[in-house]
Amino acid sequence: MTFEEIYRQEWGQVVATLIRLTGDWELAEECAQEAFAAALQRWPADGVPDRPGAWLTTTARNRAIDWLRREAVGAAKLREAAAIESDQEPPYDVPDDRLRLMFTCCHPALAMEARVALTLRTLAGLSTAEIARAFLVPETTMSKRLTRAKQKIQHAGIPYRVPPAHLLPQRTPAVLAVLYLLFNEGYSDVVRSNLTGEAIRLARLLVHLMPDEPEATGLLALMLMHDARRDTRLSPDGALVTLDDQDRTRWDHAQIAEGVALLDAALLRNEPGPYQIQAAIAACHATARTAPDTDWPQIAALYAQLPQTPVVALNRAVAIGMADGPAVGLRLVEALTADPLTTYHLLPATRADFLRRLGRRTEATAAYREALTLATTDAERRYLEKRLREVSVRG
Amino acid sequence: MICGDESAAAHADDGCGGWSEEMESRGVVTGAAGLRPPDEATTLRVREGELLLTDGPFAETKEQIGGFVLIDCADLDEAIEIAAKHPAAGYGTIEIRPLLEPPV
Repeated sequence: MTFEEIYRQEWGQVVATLIRLTGDWELAEECAQEAFAAALQRWPADGVPDRPGAWLTTTARNRAIDWLRREAVGAAKLREAAAIESDQEPPYDVPDDRLRLMFTCCHPALAMEARVALTLRTLAGLSTAEIARAFLVPETTMSKRLTRAKQKIQHAGIPYRVPPAHLLPQRTPAVLAVLYLLFNEGYSDVVRSNLTGEAIRLARLLVHLMPDEPEATGLLALMLMHDARRDTRLSPDGALVTLDDQDRTRWDHAQIAEGVALLDAALLRNEPGPYQIQAAIAACHATARTAPDTDWPQIAALYAQLPQTPVVALNRAVAIGMADGPAVGLRLVEALTADPLTTYHLLPATRADFLRRLGRRTEATAAYREALTLATTDAERRYLEKRLREVSVRG
Repeated sequence: MICGDESAAAHADDGCGGWSEEMESRGVVTGAAGLRPPDEATTLRVREGELLLTDGPFAETKEQIGGFVLIDCADLDEAIEIAAKHPAAGYGTIEIRPLLEPPV
């Protein structure tokens, strides 16, 4: 394993353990950083220890004890240092530590943007500069956001723990939502695609820590199946390539198989939820050999089981239209005029697609134009321009 | 801090439906009071040595602080649990604020 790989794998555990031992988030991060710096200095000469994580945690713990001693103005800090020291070996790889950290970072009393930033910093080990770049804010802004979040945890008394069983049904979705948001941020923008990798890594960790939570497994399956199509989503000139035009031989079929297996295992528990349903939809797409082989009636039935947000209703209309013909689809899409959709480019774009399939070119042209004014990324605009040229051609 | 808009005044004499009894028996309540309505409030600031008095509440928002309960509990999760049980959470808003700790 390279040092980078060890860092990625062990950072979260070291920080999580140190927070439990010291109760101080800033100190935990600083000591973890010093431990990795020490490793970088020592390992090239001494060799990588058998259990690098244990070595790093012990080193970080000793730094914390030194610091508490140095700062010991009162007996309390000394007692704290002694208490940490009396733990002979820091119980390394207590799975609970990282799960504690995950639930604390994703506590609903923190703003969503703070939860995301804190998860990336303390658990995934991204630097403040990296997180700032990923969310397109200045580094000082991100640094303040992280400090404020840590202060709120400390002062408001957000407990460092895995919530008790009766709170889990409301708190687990909060953790899943953070990971899903992270994935989508990366997925919707090629520039920030490293976020999808982080989201998958964190989802794997969560599944490892909560093997009995089928929604966590469903979320991981969903991410894997979407991510398997990553390389085919853009044409060489940077235009969005829709599912039916993607080169399916270039999908990552091993990753799809892993996603399907995870989903099947989750569904066996018979506790369906929105992530498992979305993963089942992704599986319908990912396992269809060709676009016309897609099981659209099944997809429409799955969308019907999700909470009917305007976007879900639109996707359901698309699936029904693909199953029962563009005339049916168009009627359903035209009935959707919900407020949040009026600025959503996929509403006119979907209408345009059905009109195009029906050969109603003039109306399709107008609808593609409308979609173009609402599109938010260059990839979407390039795709829509391509379609617009196709329907505008006389013939 | 318990907040609500003007319609919350209708609940002023509702009592707390067993909440006070439960929280007192748990020993988490260390102080509490209801407040007179915000139109009887006086707001003050001192700027550059000058006392500035204003008739009315400090923020012109629809919801105003109508009372407070001082609780002593283990962590924010317990505070949320206690606050969520208070009947005012059903018609008003409750803001949870940690106390400023005196310097050690």
